[in-house]
Amino acid sequence: MKKPAAGRWPRFALRRAARLLVSLWVLVTASFLMIHLVPGDPVRAALGPTAPADLVLAHEEELGLLDPLWQQYASFLGRLVRGDLGVSIASRLSVGETIAQQLPATAELAVLAFLLSVAVAVPVGVGMAVLTRRGRGRRAELAFTGTNVVVSAIPDFLLGVGLVYLLAVQTHVFPVAGRAGPDSYVLPVLALAIGPAAVLSRIVRVEMLAVMEADYIRTARAKRLTPVRLHLVHALPNAVTATLTIGGLALSALVAGTVLVENVFAWPGLGSSIVSSIVAKDYPLVQGTVLVYGVGVLLINTLVDVVLALLDPRSAIGEA
Amino acid sequence: MSTLTFHEVSVRYGAHTVLHEVSLEVGAGRTVGLVGESGCGKSTLARAAVGLAPVTSGAILLDGRPVPSRGRRPVQMVFQDPYSSLDPRMTVGDSIAEAMPGRPGRMERQTEIARLLGLVHLDAARAGDLPGQLSGGQRQRVALARALAARPRVILADEITSALDVSVQGAVLNLIRDMRRDLGLSMLFISHNLAVVRYVADHVAVLHAGRIVEHGPTARVLGDPRHDYTRHLLASAHPLKEHT
Amino acid sequence: MRAALRRPVGLAGVVLLVLVLAAAVFGPVVWGDRATAVDTADLLAGPSAEHWIGTDNLGRDLFARVLVAARLSILLALAATAISMVLGFLLGAAPMLAGRRLGRLITAAVNVLVAFPGLLLVLFFAVVFGVGARGAALAVGLAGAPAFARLCHTLIAGISERDYVAAARIAGVGRVRMLLRHVLPNIAEPVIVYATMAAGGVLLTFAGLSFLGLGVQAPDYDWGRLMQDGLNGIYIHPLAALGPGIAVVLAGLAFNLTGEAFASAPRRAHVLPKAGQPAPATAPAAGSVLSADDLRVTIPGPNGPIHAVRGVTFAVGDGEAVGVVGESGSGKSVTALAVAGLLEPPVRVEAAHLVVAGEDLLAPGAHRRLGTALAVVFQDPMTSFNPAHRVGPQLAEVSRFHQGMGRKAAFARAVDRLNAVRIGDPARRARQYPFEFSGGMRQRAMIGMGLMGDPRLIVADEPTTALDVTVQRQVLELLADVRRETGAALLLISHDVSVVTDVCDRVLVMYAGRVVEELPAKDLRTLARHPYTRALVAAVPDMETDLDRPLAVIPGLPVDPVETPAGCAFAPRCPLADDHCRTVAPPLLDGVACHKAGEAP
Repeated sequence: MKKPAAGRWPRFALRRAARLLVSLWVLVTASFLMIHLVPGDPVRAALGPTAPADLVLAHEEELGLLDPLWQQYASFLGRLVRGDLGVSIASRLSVGETIAQQLPATAELAVLAFLLSVAVAVPVGVGMAVLTRRGRGRRAELAFTGTNVVVSAIPDFLLGVGLVYLLAVQTHVFPVAGRAGPDSYVLPVLALAIGPAAVLSRIVRVEMLAVMEADYIRTARAKRLTPVRLHLVHALPNAVTATLTIGGLALSALVAGTVLVENVFAWPGLGSSIVSSIVAKDYPLVQGTVLVYGVGVLLINTLVDVVLALLDPRSAIGEA
Repeated sequence: MSTLTFHEVSVRYGAHTVLHEVSLEVGAGRTVGLVGESGCGKSTLARAAVGLAPVTSGAILLDGRPVPSRGRRPVQMVFQDPYSSLDPRMTVGDSIAEAMPGRPGRMERQTEIARLLGLVHLDAARAGDLPGQLSGGQRQRVALARALAARPRVILADEITSALDVSVQGAVLNLIRDMRRDLGLSMLFISHNLAVVRYVADHVAVLHAGRIVEHGPTARVLGDPRHDYTRHLLASAHPLKEHT
Repeated sequence: MRAALRRPVGLAGVVLLVLVLAAAVFGPVVWGDRATAVDTADLLAGPSAEHWIGTDNLGRDLFARVLVAARLSILLALAATAISMVLGFLLGAAPMLAGRRLGRLITAAVNVLVAFPGLLLVLFFAVVFGVGARGAALAVGLAGAPAFARLCHTLIAGISERDYVAAARIAGVGRVRMLLRHVLPNIAEPVIVYATMAAGGVLLTFAGLSFLGLGVQAPDYDWGRLMQDGLNGIYIHPLAALGPGIAVVLAGLAFNLTGEAFASAPRRAHVLPKAGQPAPATAPAAGSVLSADDLRVTIPGPNGPIHAVRGVTFAVGDGEAVGVVGESGSGKSVTALAVAGLLEPPVRVEAAHLVVAGEDLLAPGAHRRLGTALAVVFQDPMTSFNPAHRVGPQLAEVSRFHQGMGRKAAFARAVDRLNAVRIGDPARRARQYPFEFSGGMRQRAMIGMGLMGDPRLIVADEPTTALDVTVQRQVLELLADVRRETGAALLLISHDVSVVTDVCDRVLVMYAGRVVEELPAKDLRTLARHPYTRALVAAVPDMETDLDRPLAVIPGLPVDPVETPAGCAFAPRCPLADDHCRTVAPPLLDGVACHKAGEAP
């Protein structure tokens, strides 16, 4: 318990980096194995039953599928280190370049939605907690939880469809699809952020309510502080740590949510291309895209853990 | 009844040593009190004896043979928290019956449950109750009855009264003394409370930071302590000298 | 079950779920023909009386198709949920079933997998299993397994730590029987709740997959597939896309609300009845730092109001040390919180007067003066400090807020106060977090926090209960020293008779929300007149207890605070009680509230 404070951070960094590396290894290996887990002959499946046998063979040779498995794995890792993700079967373009072209559009969407959902969820959750504490504001509570349950039951792509219908088709306020000016971002970001914002604000409220019953809040009340100081200085940091611990997954789910939303809005990002490449069985492209998504998720998870460690020093020493 | 012997038992978790070559004997028909502060390793010693904590080195012997760490243990344990020691979804009777050796028939089982409940001064009609319907003291008696159901040769009692209200604690302590007298039980009685140990135990061992620092007959250890730590503990148990 | 149905949300959820399941069972039978009837004269029509949400590109009625699609949508969702549940449970139970080492490996793997969002896993497995309904069901099922495994693992780990599992192991219960008899029944409820809500989520995921074209393939159709078909025509025919979308949301809601209703078991506390006429205000006792007259505290509980404190009158003189003893449920801690002004609505505090350090606690307001004039020490030092802030600033806050000190000056005072409560190296300690302090040290720091101001009264609620005996003594000695140095009065709450007699001048004995006896501390063991006080003292063994006699025992159980008896609350357990005791509550007269005061049992 009583370790010197100086040793805490290096050890946290070491442990967290080790976990990131293991997760990365799992991700890389899984995406390598993906093509081998496909039943039957993946290249034959990709090119169709009418493709000539020598073309299939050529592709298999290009993908290295004829080598022993360990050799394929080694060369896959080797190429990965050099940043080489292979060549798309369908377009014959470099997978790395294709992804590099599409990644910014997806990243913008995810980051904006991430920021928006946190910016909405924390104040709303805290406000509702203060308003409905200890059985007060029954009606506000019912309205909040009611809307919350309904909103979180609407999947993001459906929200997208609804938003398109209301704000683009009916009223022409925003463009229906595509990525052009700033106004084209509004609907996709909203569609993506509303769900996580609802989930997070509910967690913030519940955690805030729980924290307000904690012993140390009673201690703070014994100091006769103002309600604002009590809530913001004493309760909020603890509620946010608890929220991040539980809600971190909702934020990383947002990365994957871009796939559906991009398809609704014909957004020129990774999400549009991963679906078409899955349908077309363009395995190198799928492999690369899954890897990129996975890395994005892992980065968010790591970021959440670092924020947690900053807010709550205990999480830096514990098992987390 | 049998003799339980701890022979130079050490328990280590990683770099952290909880018990340091502890040697202790619970003689046949005797109640040995084990006192010490939280974190000194009292509970770990008991848990090691029933295979709930891994022994790093040393041996725990029952009449000279290693205590088995699988199946029904000939050494049974009663735990501290009466609210955690009974399955909330099992009736009192089922909990007790689960510990019985062999596969007794229905009638035999009912009779045995009634007998055991009688031993701990509970009404046999309680067998159908769920733990939620019992008070803390009653639960602790059921836990004792369950331990007895396994026909143990030694019983380990780990802080069994410290979670109880004072008015109930006395009844459980009386019960422990009755059982020793009537059944001749060998028992290791763990407590942080010297007065309680003084009341039930013939022998006392004082555990401090994973080592036994003193042991002997209760009257001698508490009346004429030889180790500084024992004196320190005794001083804390007596009222403050000065009145303010 | 019944309780969940009684709430509007639960009822709505269950009714909705029944409707959705009915559509799944009967939809294809009733509307199957309509859904497949091609009408080339009526292609892509808008809503009409005949076709409520229009027709598709073959002129088929979309409303009928939505209803028919319910079966496939629900079946696929349930199948995928079942796959997740079974696999997740097996993975989650691995530490218990497969032994320590393999179990740990599986848990680590689950922890890595659970970090990846379900949809990403779904896409991964969709590649492996290929496009189509069966592949999608497998993909969604497998993708849901890690989260389910994590839940089961957490629940099972929680149960495995319980002593009854240890007891069953010692009794020789095998692993499988342990899982079936002890673990499963105790985790079933949260697992079923989670599974219900997960089914709702799976339904949405499936809709998403089919919407992307990775799920159900034509000519089969589920709601997602219908939505995808409808999206192309959203300009001219929005209901074709929104109709199945609404169906998805309703079905998802049905599962979620049902799960939600069962998850949050309705433990609504009853609302307290309106307060009666307040007693005429009385004046506080002269020369007292704390004065309470007819103090009553009522807490709303699930089975009606709990009368935790039922008319307590007492005063603490300047510099006096008063102890309150009693068992759990006697109302002693609630009394402490009430006089510290720390009870909040809906808990109701009533009194003829309640004055602490010159502040009228019955009057509304922040009572800011108490921030410096009153020090409070709580029972559990481990949870009473804010884990997110360093110790020094938590102390300094008092001076900054109430005494107008700057950050530096306040911190310096905090270091000085930590030194005053004998914390070694206080400057370094002040910069540490509470978790770096031991229990005894935290309790001393808590006392130090009270000393930041200029306390006239210290309220200490079981300050030593959570501490080791040797540390208990240090804390009690510290409290005595602080009193000597500051002249502050002390209200010490404890269940431990010896703690109270050691430190206090005067003792109040509480039982069932009332003071049953009040006497000088030195007389507690010898001159008590109330049968409860005498039994309480005799029931606790001390170092002088006679070893040849059984301990005194108080028969029966403490009184249920929801049902307050008409007569003396101790009468059912009292050897001296007669009918008079059981009908007329004895008032506190001459320091004792007993009709039989002083009689030998």
